[in-house]
Amino acid sequence: MLLALLSILIFPGFLFLFILALAAEYIDRKLYARMQTRVGPPWFQPFADFIKLLSKELIIPELADRVIFRTLPLVACAAAATAFLFIPVYNAESIFSFKGNIVAVIYILTIPTLTYFLGGWYSRSLYSLIGSMRVLTQLFSYEVPLLMAVLAPGVLASSWTFSTVINFYQANGFLFLVNIISFVVAIIAVQGKLEKVPFDIPEAETEIVAGTFTEYTGPLYAYFRLAMNIQTISVSALLAAVFMPFGYNLGFVLGVIVFLLKILFIIVILAVIRTIFARIRMDQMVMLCWKYLTPLALFQIFLNIILKAVITQ
Amino acid sequence: MAKKLVIPIGPQHPALKEPASFDVTLQGEKVENILVKLGYNHRGIEKACENKPYLHDLYLIERVCGICSHSHATCFLQAVEEIAGLNVPMRAKYIRSIIGEMERIHSHLLWLGVAAHEIGFDTLLMYTWRDREIIMDLLALLTGNRVNYAVNILGGVRKDISEEEKGQILKAMDVLEERTKYYAHVATEEITIKKRLSKVGYLSPEDAVKMGAVGPTGRASKITRDIRAEDKYAAYGEVDFKVISDDNCDVFGRAVVRIGELMESYSIIRQLIKKLPVTPLKVPAPLRIPAGEAISRYEAPRGEDIHYVRANGTDKPERVKLRAPTLANVQSVSTMLQKGYLADVTIVIAAIDPCFSCTDRMIVAVNGKDEMTWKQLRQHSIDWYKKNRGVDFTKVKLGIK
Repeated sequence: MLLALLSILIFPGFLFLFILALAAEYIDRKLYARMQTRVGPPWFQPFADFIKLLSKELIIPELADRVIFRTLPLVACAAAATAFLFIPVYNAESIFSFKGNIVAVIYILTIPTLTYFLGGWYSRSLYSLIGSMRVLTQLFSYEVPLLMAVLAPGVLASSWTFSTVINFYQANGFLFLVNIISFVVAIIAVQGKLEKVPFDIPEAETEIVAGTFTEYTGPLYAYFRLAMNIQTISVSALLAAVFMPFGYNLGFVLGVIVFLLKILFIIVILAVIRTIFARIRMDQMVMLCWKYLTPLALFQIFLNIILKAVITQ
Repeated sequence: MAKKLVIPIGPQHPALKEPASFDVTLQGEKVENILVKLGYNHRGIEKACENKPYLHDLYLIERVCGICSHSHATCFLQAVEEIAGLNVPMRAKYIRSIIGEMERIHSHLLWLGVAAHEIGFDTLLMYTWRDREIIMDLLALLTGNRVNYAVNILGGVRKDISEEEKGQILKAMDVLEERTKYYAHVATEEITIKKRLSKVGYLSPEDAVKMGAVGPTGRASKITRDIRAEDKYAAYGEVDFKVISDDNCDVFGRAVVRIGELMESYSIIRQLIKKLPVTPLKVPAPLRIPAGEAISRYEAPRGEDIHYVRANGTDKPERVKLRAPTLANVQSVSTMLQKGYLADVTIVIAAIDPCFSCTDRMIVAVNGKDEMTWKQLRQHSIDWYKKNRGVDFTKVKLGIK
């Protein structure tokens, strides 16, 4: 009981996740700045921003539903953090493991996005309204390719449970490299999930101010930002477990280091994508996801089904 | 979505750097209608000019615009010099042209960054604005100021360009030319930029003429008109340059035209520096300008700038009228946004390179009634503010004497 509580609150639970999330924001911002020939923030800036936002005045729009408006940021944080508890960190077993937990993680990770939508909807502001409609449209575009891409490696391993998938690929050497197509698809879809350039359409600053978050101020906005950062870590951990299933049998210290390196790798890729592209339009985003990403993910699934038949023979 | 939304863009909005208001009627994500509202920044500059001597007006006119300050000052001076019959020495004309071209480089680099920011490509913004520093430092070296250069005086220029400064200018041009080539490559080849700019904000050549589009906005719609080539003011008669135009008629075309003009500006500056003649810097100018009137045209970075000056023999002008290029271009925005997306609104507005503070002038006719005198108009504005905003201006004395 005590051990379970410790692992939920401290490692690899909430405290570890909180530090990782802030570190991820720092790395992302610093890389982004350096690639733009700027200096970038000091290492404690995300934490300072968090504290500063907590101390700011909280303004709730008159027409907004006060209870829902206040609850949503915390729900977003909780959902993003809960997803992490089901993902393996240094060994193949996550803290809470059950059959088919890859699917469960993807669905828990959808909850924060839905809270962004509801937050904008209940703000009753024009910009938030448009922002939340965009959040929902974007969700329907990237979710299908993301789901298919993340499930594709499981097809080869005949399971959608983290431990089985990881153990299968660890036993098969470099076989995980066949999933490279769905890894690319997942990285692009994740960029949409995290609402970063080129898919920061729901919070496009120059079009709709801050989109769904326009009316959020002070502590509530701080929790939304934190939820976004925790989501970054959870999604990276998910991609690491599914597409880079190695280094999970190296023991505690080495295992954690390998895990952190994998997360760093994914964050660097996301930061580079953010630097080199312009924001595309909603219709172009839908087109990209349904016309290119979905067929690619489907192709990977078919490839894995055929490969599986070849291997088992 | 059956219900139509009216989204206010401005007067305060992250995409707009100056106050102007656009009421966008939306059907889902598509734009149905757009209503342009100007007039948030009326400063009464024309009226103030009538109350100051010509020399003071020069500094006031320079503050019409932050970026094309030299354009307005030169345009105003050309009109005054024409009335006074002053023969400006060649070297002064060359220096005016050099500063004018540098201003164009500064303005176009700034625009490229702003346009990139509007479509969420902040990396290009940071790169172009870094290079903009080069040209601003150069302007500070030549004139002492980074923004309002104040290099013009009645009958010539205030400061010479030395041999050492010539070398620095040429060196900076080489650096900028190389970087601009890279940006041209990025802006025309990068896939997301192309997707966001092509076929957005279409303005057909016929519409461009009808709406009176000028400068790069017009030239991107196949209207090959440039005051530098038509009027050959200052030293433009002595250099070779192409008038850049494009047949895309969209935002992409406007970007291509501006990048092309950057390259032309580097070449113009090189030619001017090479040919810089040795003459005095200025001719003595009278304090009282003889009665007469003149219109002067100038190709500002944003398009054709027009100044009208009427002198009455005293040391103050009787009337100064100026039309900034944005006023000519802003009309076309609603045409460009027909059947566009909400996401395109800000980039289309930004693509005309708007400068709303320069644009706002006084409107004489109110509600279609007869013309008003200055006193009536002042009374009207006092009453309007009292009634609509609850502010009482009756006790305010006019500061201008």
